[in-house]
Amino acid sequence: MLQIHCPYCQGLRSEEEFAYGGEAHIRRPADPGALTDQAWGEYLHFRKNPRGLHRELWQHAAGCRRYFNVLRDTVSYEILKVYPIGEKP
Amino acid sequence: MAVSPSQPWRLAVGGRIDRTKPLRFTFDGRSLQGFAGDTLASALLANGVDVVGRSFKYGRPRGIVGQGAEEPNAIVRLGTGAASVPNLRATQVQLYEGLAAHSNAKGGFKRYAGAAAGLLPAGFYYKTFMAPKGLWMFWERRLRHAAGFGEAPDGPDPDCYDKLNQHCDVLVAGGGPAGLAAALTAGRAGARVILADERAEFGGSLLASKLRLNGGAAADWAAQAVAELGALGEVTLLRRSTVFGYYDHNFLTILERRTDHLGLVAAPQEGDPATGAAPMKKARQRLHRVRAKQVVLATGALERPLVFANNDLPGVMLASALSTYVNGYGVAPGRRLLLCTANDHAYHAALDWRRAGREVAAVVDVRPNPQGALVKEALASGIEVIGGHGLIEALGGRRVQGALIAPLDAAGLRLAGPGQRMDCDLIACSGGWSPAIHLSSQAGAKPHWSPDASAFLPGTPRQANRSVGAAAGTWALADCLRDGAQAGAEAAALACCGDGLPPFQEPRIAWRGTASALANEPPEEPQQALFLAPHPKPVSRAPKQFVDLQLDVTAADIELAAREGYESVEHVKRYTALGFGTDQGKLGNVNGVAILARALGQDIGATGTTVFRPPYTPVTFGAIAGREQGELLDPERRTAMHGWHEAQGAAWENVGRWKRPWHYPKPGETMRQAVDRECLAVRNGVGILDASTLGKIDIQGPDAAVFLDRIYTGGFLKLGLGRCRYGLMLKENGTIFDDGVTARLAERRYLLHTTTGNAEAVFAWLELWRQTEWPELQVYCTSVTDHWATAALAGPRARAVLQKVCRGIDLSATAFPFMAVRCGQVAGVPARVLRISFSGELSFEVNVPAHQGQRVWDALLEAGAECGITPYGTEAMHVLRAEKGFIIVGQDTDGSMTPDDMGLGWAVRPNKVFGFLGDRSLSLADHQREDRLQLVGLKPLDARSVIPEGAQILSTTDVRPPAAMQGHVTSSYFSAVLNRSIALAMLKGGRRRMGETVHCPLTGGQFIAAQVVNPVFYDPDGERQRA
Amino acid sequence: MRKYSLLTLFKHAREHHERWPRMWRSPAPKAAYEVVIVGGGGHGLATAYYLAKRHGVTSVAVVEKGWLGGGNTGRNTTIVRSNYLRDDAAHLYEFALKLWENLSRELNFNVMFSPRGVLSLGHSLQEMRDIERRVHANRLNGIDGEMLTAREVQAKVPLLNCSPEARYPVLGASWQPRGGVARHDAVAWGYARAADALGVDLLQHTEVRGIRIENGAAVGVETNRGFIGAGKVACAVAGHSGVLAAMAGLRLPIESRPLQALVSEPLKPCLDTVVMSNAVHCYISQSDKGDLVIGAGADSYNGYGQRGSLPVVEHALQAVCELFPAFSRVRMNRQWGGIVDVCPDACPIIGKTPVDGLYFNCGWGTGGFKATPGSGAVFADTLAHDRPHPLAAPFSLNRFHSGALIDEHGAAGVAH
Repeated sequence: MLQIHCPYCQGLRSEEEFAYGGEAHIRRPADPGALTDQAWGEYLHFRKNPRGLHRELWQHAAGCRRYFNVLRDTVSYEILKVYPIGEKP
Repeated sequence: MAVSPSQPWRLAVGGRIDRTKPLRFTFDGRSLQGFAGDTLASALLANGVDVVGRSFKYGRPRGIVGQGAEEPNAIVRLGTGAASVPNLRATQVQLYEGLAAHSNAKGGFKRYAGAAAGLLPAGFYYKTFMAPKGLWMFWERRLRHAAGFGEAPDGPDPDCYDKLNQHCDVLVAGGGPAGLAAALTAGRAGARVILADERAEFGGSLLASKLRLNGGAAADWAAQAVAELGALGEVTLLRRSTVFGYYDHNFLTILERRTDHLGLVAAPQEGDPATGAAPMKKARQRLHRVRAKQVVLATGALERPLVFANNDLPGVMLASALSTYVNGYGVAPGRRLLLCTANDHAYHAALDWRRAGREVAAVVDVRPNPQGALVKEALASGIEVIGGHGLIEALGGRRVQGALIAPLDAAGLRLAGPGQRMDCDLIACSGGWSPAIHLSSQAGAKPHWSPDASAFLPGTPRQANRSVGAAAGTWALADCLRDGAQAGAEAAALACCGDGLPPFQEPRIAWRGTASALANEPPEEPQQALFLAPHPKPVSRAPKQFVDLQLDVTAADIELAAREGYESVEHVKRYTALGFGTDQGKLGNVNGVAILARALGQDIGATGTTVFRPPYTPVTFGAIAGREQGELLDPERRTAMHGWHEAQGAAWENVGRWKRPWHYPKPGETMRQAVDRECLAVRNGVGILDASTLGKIDIQGPDAAVFLDRIYTGGFLKLGLGRCRYGLMLKENGTIFDDGVTARLAERRYLLHTTTGNAEAVFAWLELWRQTEWPELQVYCTSVTDHWATAALAGPRARAVLQKVCRGIDLSATAFPFMAVRCGQVAGVPARVLRISFSGELSFEVNVPAHQGQRVWDALLEAGAECGITPYGTEAMHVLRAEKGFIIVGQDTDGSMTPDDMGLGWAVRPNKVFGFLGDRSLSLADHQREDRLQLVGLKPLDARSVIPEGAQILSTTDVRPPAAMQGHVTSSYFSAVLNRSIALAMLKGGRRRMGETVHCPLTGGQFIAAQVVNPVFYDPDGERQRA
Repeated sequence: MRKYSLLTLFKHAREHHERWPRMWRSPAPKAAYEVVIVGGGGHGLATAYYLAKRHGVTSVAVVEKGWLGGGNTGRNTTIVRSNYLRDDAAHLYEFALKLWENLSRELNFNVMFSPRGVLSLGHSLQEMRDIERRVHANRLNGIDGEMLTAREVQAKVPLLNCSPEARYPVLGASWQPRGGVARHDAVAWGYARAADALGVDLLQHTEVRGIRIENGAAVGVETNRGFIGAGKVACAVAGHSGVLAAMAGLRLPIESRPLQALVSEPLKPCLDTVVMSNAVHCYISQSDKGDLVIGAGADSYNGYGQRGSLPVVEHALQAVCELFPAFSRVRMNRQWGGIVDVCPDACPIIGKTPVDGLYFNCGWGTGGFKATPGSGAVFADTLAHDRPHPLAAPFSLNRFHSGALIDEHGAAGVAH
């Protein structure tokens, strides 16, 4: 069971307090109307799904309810970094 | 030698049992006696019970082999009925007065096993029972009844279970010498320590050891250590507690058995008349969910049996188990022992046996010329040691009566001469030790084979842990103590405190045999690896040589698997069932891997081991489930008026977690009558609905309108103050996610309503976009669902009723139009009143602070009494809205419908500045299809027939599959006001099919024919709600 | 292939089982094959078998990084059923179920398909509507299905808690009598043996490390045993589809997550059907050995760790104890996770990719095992004719661009 450091509550909390938000850094296209069906489909459904390092969104759902980014290894589940929305170190 | 007449194998003295406390118990109905401190296994052995079960496949008699978690044969059910517990190992059951144990003697194919045993090699079932069709089902029934061990309880569990979430600096798994030393040094350094051991007493191998520590008994040293740990404030000692799981991020689970040693069912905690405390259920077991900064794995090792012909006869035991029974329980289960070993350590068993006054036939040692200190002691004690020999076959029927031994070649692989018979009634054997690497492996370390240790050792740790003592392949007690102390100090230093140097005085170890004495523990010479004893016949023809005793897997089965091409250890495991039993291969796996490796001509390391998975030993379902059962499974959400509904005898509907009144049947009323009455009351007079469960989200900030404009398909920028608007929320794929009315309460403040079941999901959705995509918007969302109680007054008399108790709001149609919100007082309580309608009638939804809900509800009922105000439930609400063609998201939609599909194109405003979530998907090719499912109404031709909700729709009455389904019915009711049945349906290209007759097949073969109509059945112009 | 039967069992018993032939060869990889199938699980092996058997394509290699059947084939809860809601899914799974019914005889290997019936419980009015809708749709699609009342459910499953006082009482269920369970490992072994006999090379411990693409077309795979040329590369690697796709520079609409499962200790027969519950989430059956086989949910986050996790299992066992209060004192013997490849619409992807000569069969999510024979047959047909099998056509990658999702999430009950 994961233990995640909430950057807002400043503490380690158990997985059960958090909600997973999927792959991070997927910007909503600025002008969806200008996209082809193909490009819109990519945005909607296609994901990196890597075996290894994964940047992903988490929400401290049972805590401060804030979203943040996590860099996690999807094999070892080791968390290498936790950083706020809007950043990408 | 004095023996208790009822316990023929009980020694007169010795053991950690209390002979002054006899305990009665039964085994398969036989009344027997043991002593306090016994396990069921030791008591059975003391009573001379040889056969404790029948084997799984062949139905062969089986006796007790081990003394702990490794026991494969003595699997018993305790008790009968609901409180019974199946599949317990007798070696781990502490005896209590009145214990009633039942063996699995019914198992196996013993009816077939004699002559047919040859037909049951590994995987025989894959090769037959295939034809004709149906034969397998016939055989499966028989196989199922032959297989399985205990019977499941037949009723609800009388016990309850607890959970504790724990955090510690250092968790020490295992309270043997290494674990005690680790806990001592970590504890002394000031760390918060949890020490857990599966047994009732800490001490592990020290308890039955004959070594002297600091001049005293080894067990006394353990007791002192435990006493010191108990006095340390930050140390938690968990007895009868198995660390069974090691999960990610150093999360471990411990099962503490709190009452199993006292009886089948936990005795309730007594009440206290002084304080008035009622008797309480006491938890039978407790699950500790531990987050440990550092872990010390001191889980010890399991002795490995030898594989030889007929090695499953009752009377064949592990050498260490025999020592434990003799030294720990004062039980000597036989007269004449033959010990077979390939290591020095097992000589303890022969010496212990001798010390108990029993006869040793011989020690058969595979090594040609054993010379260790223990060997010498054995020789000096007059024990015959036969080197260079192996035990190749056990002889006997229901119990060992003798053994064949034979000289072996140097490698122990082949016979070097003819066998000879030895008389004995007990065989102890040792093939070496397998470290209990289960937890280390669960934590991600890949075990590696050590030829020196003849064992799989823990791999490089992948989490914050370290293995010490026998678990790391360290055998000597002094080394275990020293390594344990070092590990504890290191773990403490890494976790919190101390300098990593162990504050530990190593005890002086001494040993005294009958013939010699040493100022240290007897040094041991190297062991020899021996897994499968050779036999004059090839493995395939020799008497069965069991590798996995519980599942009757033999060496021949493993060789067969290899011969057939199942080369991976996982294939062999799955093909033969090796290691799939309740012991998960604790005894058999390493022997199995070794036999496989030899069959494949590769080394054991390359063959590898199977993956270790939680739990280490089986864990009660109830303990993992905890208290979250029954009413705590998913706590009910109740509105402020719940008690009133209950008092009215409401029938309930579960909506999400909420309890909502479904309808309010009066005495003698059917559901249909009640719903008709409630509907007509709303249409003709006034009804009142508890609408508190609708999700409510308060949205504030300068950018609130912009935010809503993006979330909803409709426009919110121009919504007037005090006005309401219906909104439709889409997922980005264009499908309908939720709907509801949003009211503008102030310049920068909106109140958004969600459907009851979707409130949490919508709130999370809003937060996702607000925080991650549009952080520049100044807007804040707060869930206020529980803050408010909502009473919806609906019906032509609604205004008249509200008028009586409402202050500060002009309720006239002009001052308070449809789709508006006003604030005032209702029954003296500050209230927010929305003039919105889900019934199509004149309707006011009165929102008041939740704690005032009942008061206001009562006042409205009183005010409505003269109008015959009628409470109505969700069913009437559904009928009323269906009469109006209003959809329910989740009932009429299923996650694949777009606004246009539902005839809600009017709620979509294209060309907004930003657009809205999901907008781009609406123009995808598939969303433009003309034959998409579209919302329509259906009028059954027979106005009495109500189509079942979920029924499919056909154009014809041809149901031959695959029938061309045209759509399905989503909502269907009898409408009292229309005096006919109506339905809402999703129909392919439905809006172009008005007037068409369609057919809904029923499961009984009949049809209900219906005409496709506009989904608005009642008051199509909406005049009533605007009245 | 030498035939298995009771007679051969007798014959070999007389020879002390010393002369059983090998199940399959362990050949060295050839330089090239007409088709290289990546993934030696049930789907890949079935694909190879049907390619050889039905389409005469025998220049086939199945490349497996570990041992045959070592992925999800050996980690699932073995449920087989076809009562899917949407026509496309229903036809595909029913096609598979029909193959299951004759599979042991077709392969001459007992896969122990046991049509003991599958119950999907309904706990709310909406679940009952959904069940009604699905049963009606199934029957019109020629798939067996019945609606059962709570009383009828109780008669089938005596230990099930059907009390109206339960937190989420059982209101009824759908019942597919032809559904059931099968012996998962045997499916892989049976297909492997039959494919091998037809000349397919099964290459175990052969890990694909790259997909070689020349002029926009896949021409083979790079492995730890060297390059293996291929006319067509067909991937059937379930949870690891994303990893394979990345080797070809592709992305898929797939996320990989561990699906959690556990078994109890073996018990005497106490549960004779498969019971699935969506609202009180778990699914449970009893294996022939006597274990209660329990499916839990998936971890909530992406992962490739085939490890058991506690919270998901806690929820599943809460559900089990709620539905079967008598099982509370039964004990968990083993838990594990298998990596499922989940599509947004809970339906598979079968067919071509933007890279010529590269085909994927993936996205089965939690429904892969029950589809095994059907999946293999339609994929083999697709590969042999280089056009989608009619049953596979709706499951193209293109649907994620056109919006024609098949969405089995909402209405089909638990998707396992």
